[in-house]
Amino acid sequence: MELFLQQLINGVTLGSIYGLIAIGYTMVFGIIGMVNFAHGDVFMLSTFIALIVFLALTQLFGVTSLAFTFVVVLVFAMAFTALWNWLIERLAYRRLRGSFRLAPLISAIGMSIFLSNLVYVVQGPRNKSIPPQFSEVIKVTQGGTYYVTLAYKQILIVAVTAILLVAFWFLVQKTSLGRAQRACEQDAKMAALLGVDVDRTISLTFVIGAALAAVAGVLYMINYGVVNSADGFIPGVKAFTAAVLGGIGSLPGAVIGGLLIGLIEVFWANYFSSDYKDVAAFSILAVTLIFMPSGLFGRPEVEKV
Amino acid sequence: MDAAKPLNVTAALVAGLKAALVAAGLAFPILVWRAEPDYSNQLVLQNRWSWMAIAAIIAFAARFLSHVYEQRPKAEKAEKPARQWPPALQKFSAFAAPFAIAAMFVFPLVLLATLGPAGAQKWIDNYGIQILIYIMLGWGLNIVVGLAGLLDLGYVAFYAVGAYSYALLSTHFGLSFWICLPLAGILAAFWGVILGFPVLRLRGDYLAIVTLAFGEIIRLVLLNWTDMTNGDAGISSIPAVTFFGIPFKPGESGFAATFGLSPSPIYRTIFLFYLILALALLTNWVTMRLRRLPIGRAWEALREDEIACRSLGLDTTKVKLTAFALGAMFGGFAGSFFAVRQGFVSPSSFNFIESATILAIVVLGGRGSQIGTAIAAIAIVGVSELLRELDFLKQIFGEEFDPTQYRMLLVGIAMVVMMNWKPRGLVSTREPTLFLGKRRSFSGDLVQEGRG
Repeated sequence: MELFLQQLINGVTLGSIYGLIAIGYTMVFGIIGMVNFAHGDVFMLSTFIALIVFLALTQLFGVTSLAFTFVVVLVFAMAFTALWNWLIERLAYRRLRGSFRLAPLISAIGMSIFLSNLVYVVQGPRNKSIPPQFSEVIKVTQGGTYYVTLAYKQILIVAVTAILLVAFWFLVQKTSLGRAQRACEQDAKMAALLGVDVDRTISLTFVIGAALAAVAGVLYMINYGVVNSADGFIPGVKAFTAAVLGGIGSLPGAVIGGLLIGLIEVFWANYFSSDYKDVAAFSILAVTLIFMPSGLFGRPEVEKV
Repeated sequence: MDAAKPLNVTAALVAGLKAALVAAGLAFPILVWRAEPDYSNQLVLQNRWSWMAIAAIIAFAARFLSHVYEQRPKAEKAEKPARQWPPALQKFSAFAAPFAIAAMFVFPLVLLATLGPAGAQKWIDNYGIQILIYIMLGWGLNIVVGLAGLLDLGYVAFYAVGAYSYALLSTHFGLSFWICLPLAGILAAFWGVILGFPVLRLRGDYLAIVTLAFGEIIRLVLLNWTDMTNGDAGISSIPAVTFFGIPFKPGESGFAATFGLSPSPIYRTIFLFYLILALALLTNWVTMRLRRLPIGRAWEALREDEIACRSLGLDTTKVKLTAFALGAMFGGFAGSFFAVRQGFVSPSSFNFIESATILAIVVLGGRGSQIGTAIAAIAIVGVSELLRELDFLKQIFGEEFDPTQYRMLLVGIAMVVMMNWKPRGLVSTREPTLFLGKRRSFSGDLVQEGRG
């Protein structure tokens, strides 16, 4: 029971990170119907930006306040990652909207290869690790000699995710940008006729997706303390799995899918085999797409001839 | 340049400066500082402002040139008729394929004659065999991606199935390469059918993602099923190829002694070269023949418009499955060749990057074009091998500069640029299977590719 509780805590923490990345996939898919294959690598890039800003603050400027550092790292990572993704959309995807269906996906695969290798070239192949942050723990309950612990960083991750999701929900539901975004999602041509700047809305979708991925990147760096240029692919695929499981195009679906994937991964690694935990994620991806392509909350896709 | 519309250099300069500013901004955290562990294993930042300057200069140049290019007169572009090869080139292109094949056949012999056994070894092995493996893989994947229009991101799984089939069958049961080769092809095709069956009713991009998932699952199983595959350590001491029973080894019963030649490892390399050449040509020949058969026509029709195919009564699942299985089979052949050439297989040879490289070859060459795929394979593999030779750059950029790191970076850029500039690849001609009078190939731009 104690082990179960501990894994539940770990799973929710991990799931929050996946959920944040999954929103980027699901929003882009919703608005232009494209699988943004490079999103996992955008997330990886944000972990590096976070790492470098963190090191610059603590070493070059000698900042000691952890909370201040965290906020600055978060803001910088969000801003730079958003700028990167804005440019990626401009250069690699915008012109392909009228092209054949697989063109944006192939371009995104190229972009994914480019990003992971760019970081590999400029930052080197080795794992970069920082000392653990926010690692004090609260002992929740005790079973025998086993303590169920809740680390400060886990509280931080879940809290930041929750706050951002509320802000994001407000953005999509209550602001004119969110309305434009939802309108483009339903019918881009009609939205354009009614005076919505579709190009700008799509750009902003990429920017928001990247900013949320950057939050996930900062939290990921705090949680694991290690970043590597190859670490975009697997979290990216898992977050995509989360988006698909929740129903691609559905925002609450992405968050719930993320939590489910996090929990499944943690429990799978604990009760079955940690070697095969990635196989679990890939299998869920395949099974969901084959048997339940609209996921838990997605709209079934109607094919028009 | 049109006299009525002079080139607006100022606008181009401004655009270039903007791009340089954006590039400098983007480069700011990630390029300027590099986090490296110091002697106490703590990360410290190293300054590299020059990298930011380089990024800004590259961005400026690229944007400036593209701006100038965009300003070229548009009217000319609109009136351009469908591209036709000039007659001289058309005549040449009829001879190009036999000429290329003949060149391939004499390639090792010419090298052997000019460079001697020791010098030729590297060229035949690194360039000849390596490029031919990728040409064969490209042609195999071309059946799936180019002809049937199914984006397969897990192709390397079948390559792995072929390689492990040979490795396991030969080390456990002592089967020879010539028995294992067809078995590896059959097993890979079998896996193609198993994996293909559930996914083929999916839409294009979902199909791509599921094939990616299957490819990764196969790799992870190979990695973790230690009893069977020896996990990460891989399978070594795989029996080497023999010349129809005569082993390539020094000594009495070896190949060189049997034929009265001076002993040298070059004979094995040359034999492997002709082996992969034969396998690649077989792939090409089968594909070319199948294109003329109803099944090949069905593939191409499926790529152009799936809905039309279905309404005309084609069993799309069957059509897709045959493409998948055949592509997988050739991947399996190539895999078993890979195992016999290396003498060692491990899961790290079959990761997603490998799939992406093969896909890049097909996409850059032109989906559906055999000659384009071959050219792209030569370009990508040749360039990455050439990068290994650029050791002199270390003297310019310092000891740490490793040109081979830039290989996949260039491949990634090439894929993005190709999709934006020529989405159909380098060679994008279509050759109709039914025609009136004379068979003419025409530009792929004239074909409306289905969005289904």
